Amino acid sequence: MRFMVLVKASEESEAGVMPSEEELAEMGKFNEELVKAGVMLAGEGLHPTSRGARIRFSGDERTVIDGPFAETKELLAGYWLIQARDRDEAIEWMKRAPFDGGTEIEVRQVFEEDDFGEEFTPELREQERRLRAQAEQNQG
Amino acid sequence: MATETDARRAIDAVWRIESARLIAGLARMTGDVGVAEDLAQDALVAALEQWPRTGVPDNPGAWLMTTAKNRAIDRTRHGEVAERKQRELGREAELAQSLSGADLVEKAADDIGDELLALIFTACHPVLATEARVALTLRLVGSLTTAEIARAFLVKESTVAQRIVRAKRTLAEARVPIEVPSGRELDERLTSVLEVIYAIFNEGYAASAGENLIRADLCEEAMRLGRILAGLAPREPEAHGLVALMELQASRFPARTGPSGEPILLEDQDRGRWDFVLIGRGLKALDRAEGLGRPLGPYALQAAIAACHARARTPEETDWERIVALYDGLAAITGSPVVELNRAVAVGMAFGPDAGLELLDGLGGKPALEGYHLLPAARGDMLERLGRAEEARAEFERAAFLTQNERERALLLARSAQPQ
Repeated sequence: MRFMVLVKASEESEAGVMPSEEELAEMGKFNEELVKAGVMLAGEGLHPTSRGARIRFSGDERTVIDGPFAETKELLAGYWLIQARDRDEAIEWMKRAPFDGGTEIEVRQVFEEDDFGEEFTPELREQERRLRAQAEQNQG
Repeated sequence: MATETDARRAIDAVWRIESARLIAGLARMTGDVGVAEDLAQDALVAALEQWPRTGVPDNPGAWLMTTAKNRAIDRTRHGEVAERKQRELGREAELAQSLSGADLVEKAADDIGDELLALIFTACHPVLATEARVALTLRLVGSLTTAEIARAFLVKESTVAQRIVRAKRTLAEARVPIEVPSGRELDERLTSVLEVIYAIFNEGYAASAGENLIRADLCEEAMRLGRILAGLAPREPEAHGLVALMELQASRFPARTGPSGEPILLEDQDRGRWDFVLIGRGLKALDRAEGLGRPLGPYALQAAIAACHARARTPEETDWERIVALYDGLAAITGSPVVELNRAVAVGMAFGPDAGLELLDGLGGKPALEGYHLLPAARGDMLERLGRAEEARAEFERAAFLTQNERERALLLARSAQPQ
């Protein structure tokens, strides 16, 4: 399974304050652990929202709104994409990230092809049909 | 407040993260993977008893290692050392000695890496049959439970358990040293490791026993093991080559099967569905393999071929001539008739179906390709492109008859039924 880990912004990240050398070193070490364990798939930091933009969709209208944006806690500063056997493992990995001071990160499972339910084999379809037929019978 | 099951699940997750290194460290110390696993299990039991109360420690790996060592010392003190250890006269004292003298300070990253690499080489030792190597690797390095391994390979749990027990015994009896091989031995042993990892990947990729679902878990685990290996042996081009091959092949999963579970050929796949994260990673891994400046081995060559497809935004953009050249290299190294077959297909694409057909005809007599459905399938394809419809249909029918896979048979029968 894959999980996207969203790092919420902070006043510092929004102000474009660079992490200290010590913080960078610690984050580097953590990322290295993810790589060594073969679970790191991708990870990037994002520029502050002052350099970003939002696009609002309404019918055919497209409205572009330039950053910076308010509500720091709801903004993103970066992400990871990791591989894990399940949600618990993803969480245990990310607990080891060197954050502090009330920083919040969010762990979300990535949709994979199977999840979309398109893989309905003939066997499953037949089973479904039978169940539906039976349900109809029961109702009648 | 976390419930008991929450705590249990968290501990299981920590275990999956830490167990390979734990077992590796203990194996290096005790010289026996069976004893190492027993001691590691002791530590897990202790964790399950204590952590729900105390919480998961800051450095769970160190906690587990210390606990395992303490348990081992207890065991030797009470003469409870595992039977097989007791059989080895004089080793008991050695064991106690090495454990009590051992450093409880955090090990250097290099040492830990070296131990893990040694464990991987041991679990993949050629003295063991492939299935034994696969089971042992998944158990000791992959941190899969016996039940999980059994489900993944569609065999009984008891079968897997026996395989693992026998494998450990074989390693002990053969006195296989737990170390990273060097020199000439390294190449051979590395081949063995790559074989095991790719076997795990293929099991998930092909979904054997006629199943429709790709057992993605196994593929992910294989890729993970491959990445670990490439990280521990960065100067081995084939380690990177294998990772590249797996990631590039896996990148096509989302496009490989249709809504009814039918296989979709490469040239018909919706390339927009390919996984670009994996393509990016695969191409990077291939770069690393090529960047080591040594001639490409079979995995890297196969990866390079997969990369040609990955780079083509449409089937028409595929660099078939490059693929032919890569197959030339692969055929020269492996001498495999299956590779020759694939090469013929590539020649057919690069230089026209006549050229391809000529090569395929040359392969007709090869015993290795006797019951191989892809040979008539390839002939059928080329005949079809040459407008020789009747002959093509006959070949597709033959191919359909030869294949074991229901989905593929359906596909081939459909092609044999198509009016031209």
